Amino acid sequence: MHPALTLGIAIVAVALLLATRASARRALDATLEWCDVQLARFERRPIIIAGMLLAVPVTLVTVFSFFPLLYAVYISLFDTRRGTYIALGNYHRALADPEFWRSVKVTLYYAIGAVPLTIVLSFVVAWLLFRITRFRSLFRTVYFLPYVTSAVAAATVWRVLLRPQSGFVNVMLVSVGLEPQKWLIEPRSVFHLITGGAIPADVGPSLALCCIIAFDIWHSSGFMIVVFLAGLSAIPRQLEETARLDGASTFGVVRYVTIPLLSPTIFFLVIVSAIKSFQAFNSFYALVNARGEDTQNLIVYIYAQFYENQHIGYGASIAVIMCVAIVLLTIAQWRIAGRQVYYE
Amino acid sequence: MMLRALTYAILSFGSIITIFPFVWMLSTSLKSAREATAPALTLIPDAWRWRNFADAFQAAPFATYFYNTFIVAGTVMAAVVVTSLLAGYALSRLQFRGRGVVFAFLLATMMVPFEVTLIPNFLLIRDLGWYNTYAALIVPWCANAFSIFLVRQAFLTLPMDFFEAARVDGCGHLRFLTWIAAPLIRPTMVTIALFAFLGSYNSLLWPIIVTNDENMRLIQYGLTVFWSEAGVQLNLLMCASTIVIVPTVALYFAAQRNFLESSLNAGIKG
Repeated sequence: MHPALTLGIAIVAVALLLATRASARRALDATLEWCDVQLARFERRPIIIAGMLLAVPVTLVTVFSFFPLLYAVYISLFDTRRGTYIALGNYHRALADPEFWRSVKVTLYYAIGAVPLTIVLSFVVAWLLFRITRFRSLFRTVYFLPYVTSAVAAATVWRVLLRPQSGFVNVMLVSVGLEPQKWLIEPRSVFHLITGGAIPADVGPSLALCCIIAFDIWHSSGFMIVVFLAGLSAIPRQLEETARLDGASTFGVVRYVTIPLLSPTIFFLVIVSAIKSFQAFNSFYALVNARGEDTQNLIVYIYAQFYENQHIGYGASIAVIMCVAIVLLTIAQWRIAGRQVYYE
Repeated sequence: MMLRALTYAILSFGSIITIFPFVWMLSTSLKSAREATAPALTLIPDAWRWRNFADAFQAAPFATYFYNTFIVAGTVMAAVVVTSLLAGYALSRLQFRGRGVVFAFLLATMMVPFEVTLIPNFLLIRDLGWYNTYAALIVPWCANAFSIFLVRQAFLTLPMDFFEAARVDGCGHLRFLTWIAAPLIRPTMVTIALFAFLGSYNSLLWPIIVTNDENMRLIQYGLTVFWSEAGVQLNLLMCASTIVIVPTVALYFAAQRNFLESSLNAGIKG
């Protein structure tokens, strides 16, 4: 069937449903009531009712989130191209694979670049937004906008802006007398470019990787700003005012009142964004087509093993290594930063 | 006074940078092909070529992409709302043995990074015979621990009296859940629905892995294909990006009234 036709039928169906809302509601209510009557038979044994309500959600989560974890470990013990059991062979191979270690390096550069900058920038914007009254919701909407747009579509725009020939950014640079750059297709390290070649070209993140980091900061800080705003509005006003009356400077209030009281929010965002930074894929795929050694992070490497080399067992072993690393990192964060977090 | 002016200045500067790519996208989408590639900094096109949008829509099977995407994202959104309501209700308002265990199990699955599940889930989908089907794109995403968690937290803030009163009046579990409890936590419901839709609409990696049929392609991958096809004109490319962005932005504006940031804060404070 032609998609446009099906879409038309769907629209008509929704319109009909809206037109007959009252009867649809009654029909739904009758169905629910019938179900409730059935459930009421087990009123003495709530575990059965709970089991019925939880059956579908828990099954889905188990099958598609928990079971795959075990299955990944199992697959990683096989050479899937030959179909033979090789115990820890894939893991040995990964640890001796220079391409794996390069991907680890790119992943770490990305995390070290993206996580702190996004958090600091979002905090500053949220803190400023919280101090103004007029246009606050307008600003908030603007800052949140990139987050609701798809990374692929937004990355397409960035690619156009960063084109080496006659892209907007390079035209700007040239017009103020600076050198144009190759941006997304520049594999040399930013340190190399900044120091004019004093540092070798393969030390530090490439300019292309830095562009990806900048893109993700732009794309994801809206979410953090909104979470920070929620955290800020939960801080009792009197505390900051008291500190102020006691003669604390603006900076002092932020340092000794706002940030400690916000520490649960900051801690939550650090953990979530650290985990997310290990999983970045869309921006890598959309900005540089998941190509280029200097922009191959671990998930792009797993994707390449899976998609281009058909080496599923090896890909799974890298995924398991990553999973262990993420869990260890999160535990370390709990241990180190968790103590600093102030809970009311 | 100075300080406030400075605050507004910084915020305005930041928002101009934030919004600029979108402005450039719209401006380029209305330019002619030659003007779009010219090394110029002009934002206002010589002539406003609205026809570009029609041309871009014709240049690739965007109708098919949108049709697939709306079916997938709409179903996922509806399913996530239902499963989260059911599970969140059971985990907050029913007393039964093992409740803590089930809840802890769900929280633990939140920690499982999605790249670990990628390959096993692909093999599972293949063995189920779901390769290149809507089921592969929809079913794995129909329930998630984070949404269940948010709904549970929201239900816990409701007074138990509502529940007791409804029971005394003879209202069963599901009717109470649908007509009383769910509307009371509307901001949370809107938030999880919005995130479910966005997650599904914006997904790229999973659809690439479980489909290869052109007729099953979703909008995000469709856009990357459109971009990589040789000879695509920049103005049409920007039209395509605009077309892809508009539905989610519209949805966000529609949901904004109900989308309270407080609902995101549920998990953070003790």
